[in-house]
Amino acid sequence: MFAYANPKKFMELSGTILPWLSGATILALAAGLVLGFRTPPDYQQGDTVRIMFLHVPAAWTAMMAYGLMALASVIGLVNRHPLADAAAKAAAPLGAVFTALGLVTGSLWGKPMWGAWWVWDGRLTSFLLLLLIYLGYIALGSAIEDETRAARASAILAIVGAVNLPIIEFSVDWWRTLHQGESILRSGGPLIAPVFLWPLFLMAIAFTLLFFTLWIVRIRTEILRRRARSLMLSESP
Amino acid sequence: MTPFFALLKRDTSLAVRAGGGAALALAFFACVVTLVPLGVGPDLKLLARIAGGVLWVAAVLAALLSLDRLFQADYEDGSLDLLALAPMSLEASAFAKIAAHWLATGLPLTLLSALLAVLYNLPVAPTGALVLSLLVGTPAVSAIGAIGAALTLSIRRGGLILPLIVLPLLAPAVIFGSGAVLAVLDAMSNGAMLLLAAFSLLAVVLSPFAAAASVRLNLG
Repeated sequence: MFAYANPKKFMELSGTILPWLSGATILALAAGLVLGFRTPPDYQQGDTVRIMFLHVPAAWTAMMAYGLMALASVIGLVNRHPLADAAAKAAAPLGAVFTALGLVTGSLWGKPMWGAWWVWDGRLTSFLLLLLIYLGYIALGSAIEDETRAARASAILAIVGAVNLPIIEFSVDWWRTLHQGESILRSGGPLIAPVFLWPLFLMAIAFTLLFFTLWIVRIRTEILRRRARSLMLSESP
Repeated sequence: MTPFFALLKRDTSLAVRAGGGAALALAFFACVVTLVPLGVGPDLKLLARIAGGVLWVAAVLAALLSLDRLFQADYEDGSLDLLALAPMSLEASAFAKIAAHWLATGLPLTLLSALLAVLYNLPVAPTGALVLSLLVGTPAVSAIGAIGAALTLSIRRGGLILPLIVLPLLAPAVIFGSGAVLAVLDAMSNGAMLLLAAFSLLAVVLSPFAAAASVRLNLG
């Protein structure tokens, strides 16, 4: 794996993979969306059930993005590898966008179903905190001018966040059960019927592919930006 | 005197003396706690209900106020370089600084909270729980805050980024801390105090390592 961590090798390999990955993303997105719109409306939730096809994959991708970011941070910190730093840096804004997308779609679903744009449900709250952690990570990385320092500081924050996220998740769930709330919240469609499972599955694949496509594009951009910067530095007197 | 206690004593006295900011944090705490009833109304029943949450949030904010100088002052005048070169490990130094911050901020906040709880009409038993929860939980605030302080020490306006990276991480402390007060208020047991203690212990044990690593990268 580390053989491909060489930026030059990575650029070559990712350059070949990228068109295929983009194509697969477009196909999966198209198939998932078509299937999503063609499913019959849910007997309880009506057409709003379709929001789930965006909401659930976005939430999954947001969590996966944090996991990958933390993993890249560990590799960057332990192996001192610039590509891992670039990968962690590139994953954060994507993760933040997917988290925000999950929150917005959840809110849009919540208004007709729960009668409120926002409820202090355990999942919602921990996702809001996840978004804030992403934003803090991005803010820290962009505030430190020296690139290596910025990468290491961000890596430490990502790891601290990764240790703390399960605790936050647990505490928020615990908090919800303490403050007895609407019990309807838990349902959200008791068992998912197979008609809904297929579009959901396809959209989950599509979002995962979309994340990896955008991630690779962002890593490539980051590598090119660094090259351009070092070229400029070497040319300036 | 061992180096650890020497550093602890130096940092505590620097914090509590004029310009150290410990007293300012206390005043800030009192201000926030006074402003909330002006915003939500003087209903004593409601105030007793929200007292635990308000005092906990205010305590976390007040503790953050003095955190940005935890490493930065020593970074600017070069003492942090000496601490890094000293025979005592940087982790131990970070732990001493966390302990000093808690002694100068967390402990006074805890004591003051008993007085401010009276303003919220909190009965005696929940007030005891509040004081105990702050006693148990504020070390976690100092410890996790120290990671943020170490990460932002070379940033000129680090004090602005510090709350953004520290506050989401402190959500469990606020939840369990105010939960412990509510438990006594509602005369039920929910284990909040024990969970808070577990969170606090974990934070105090792990944070010196993260903080020391962050200091090293900023010096290196």
